[in-house]
Amino acid sequence: MSRISKDQVKHVAHLARLAVTDEEAEMLTEQLDKIIGFAEELKELDTDNVEPTTHVLELKNVLREDKVRNSVSVDEAMKNAPAQKDGQFKVPNILE
Amino acid sequence: MSILDKKISELHQLLHTKELSVSDIVDATFDRIHQVDDKVRAFLTLNQEFSRIKAKQLDEKLISGADRGLLFGMPIGIKDNIVTKGIRTTCASRILENFEPIYDATVVEKLTEADTITIGKLNMDEFAMGSSNENSGFHPTHNPWDLSCVPGGSSGASAAAVSAGEVLFSLGSDTGGSIRQPAAFCGVVGLKPTYGLVSRYGLVAFASSLDQIGPITQNVEDNAYLLQAIAGNDPMDSTSAKVDIPDYLASFTGEVNGLKIGVPKEYLGEGVQPDVKERIMEALKVLEGLGATWEEVSLPHSRYALATYYLLSSSEASANLSRFDGVRYGLRSDNSNNLIDMYKQSRSEGFGEEVKRRIMLGTFALSSGYYDAYYKKAQKVRTLIKEDFTNIFEKYDVIIGPTTPSASFKCGAMTKDPLTMYMNDILTIPVNLAGVPAISVPCGFSDGLPIGLQIIGKHFDESTIYKVAHAFEQATEHHKAKPKL
Repeated sequence: MSRISKDQVKHVAHLARLAVTDEEAEMLTEQLDKIIGFAEELKELDTDNVEPTTHVLELKNVLREDKVRNSVSVDEAMKNAPAQKDGQFKVPNILE
Repeated sequence: MSILDKKISELHQLLHTKELSVSDIVDATFDRIHQVDDKVRAFLTLNQEFSRIKAKQLDEKLISGADRGLLFGMPIGIKDNIVTKGIRTTCASRILENFEPIYDATVVEKLTEADTITIGKLNMDEFAMGSSNENSGFHPTHNPWDLSCVPGGSSGASAAAVSAGEVLFSLGSDTGGSIRQPAAFCGVVGLKPTYGLVSRYGLVAFASSLDQIGPITQNVEDNAYLLQAIAGNDPMDSTSAKVDIPDYLASFTGEVNGLKIGVPKEYLGEGVQPDVKERIMEALKVLEGLGATWEEVSLPHSRYALATYYLLSSSEASANLSRFDGVRYGLRSDNSNNLIDMYKQSRSEGFGEEVKRRIMLGTFALSSGYYDAYYKKAQKVRTLIKEDFTNIFEKYDVIIGPTTPSASFKCGAMTKDPLTMYMNDILTIPVNLAGVPAISVPCGFSDGLPIGLQIIGKHFDESTIYKVAHAFEQATEHHKAKPKL
């Protein structure tokens, strides 16, 4: 029985903002199915009364004083931009 | 013996007596790199011009008698997922092929304070996803002990460069074994510190709840030097722990008499090669000879660690890697005419196969309807795995086992099936899930390829790990063996 379908793979690819060809979707369906199948073994364990671990150490909110500090200049921030105009990141049309 | 085979303390002595200059050390480093890196292919970027200038500056400092940093004049290689201001940082990904960071990672700042010289940036599996360095978006790195074998991964080149004598030491990062597994495969010393001990600010995030930066060195003493320089709280990393940093070098007492070692039966069970088991048993005999005792223990949930890890790390990766969208930095595809399409094309052209696979797995595990069954379930199992370690550490000082189930393997041998490749990390992953520290030290060979002994300690107890590793190293000759290139 398949745990993930090709249509699901295409939907997940869209969510992940990845373009996949039909061929890639087929291959990924097979590979992900295998990996998810392997992960099914976790279901053997009774975890009803177990708390999830998000971090191994106790974490507390880290706050700092609300003081003005140096920040990067526009030039620096734009240094690696693939496209820019007037000190701003340029992207393709969003509105038609 | 090359000057690059010497320990930091020995080099410092030679600098002190003026028998050697920093420029001599840097020259020897680049000579060696030019001699062997065609074969090993460890470096993605060399920082040659700047290194020589920096060496001259440090030589002047030496003459002037000014205060010297802890790692004064020592050349270092840095894994290419740690950002270096003005030096290209790619994560071995096409998507960051031309990325030049505008700031230094905290560890890099600390190294600068310690007066090291950044020689260059080291290859890796793309975004640290892999166990063989074959997932580099540029080229694979080879194992100096046998060039037809892999150096391990994902910090494969960080280990290979140290093993080949191209650089005195290096920084790697370890999410599921990425420092320890390549250290084992290349016959060098690699430590994954306790989660939170070393700042992650400026480490390009893969799985934020697991990632740690750590030192890879030729011997245990150098490893402690390097950790000393990079450990400590950092306000720029909110997961960085507020703990006192001990003097790690003071842990080399050689005193392991009375030490209690737990040896998990799961670490010497099915799937672990007979040669590897033999080397570990020999190592335990050495430690017994020094007065330590060992008993078999159990990490009952370790068999679930691999599945837990792949669900959690891929989920975190899918979120972390969403920042690569072709807008602010990195590759942007020319083959699109609207925004969503631009995101998709840029990411698909820029990411390699394994990275895409893990983003897909993570996005699936976090998606509506599957979150509880996969992601949350894995977080709960993580708790059980962590408790396994807590239970053992109530009675024992360290846990010892092999770092990997086998020695290195041939390039191309495991690239067909992702799951087979994932099995490489089966003995290192539980450590990351529990957040505890662990080191891999050389403990012998199998058919001419190195094997690593893994010593796991309590949270923030790197000192005990170093004490045991150092005592073992001093009692054996394994770390003195060098590959012939």
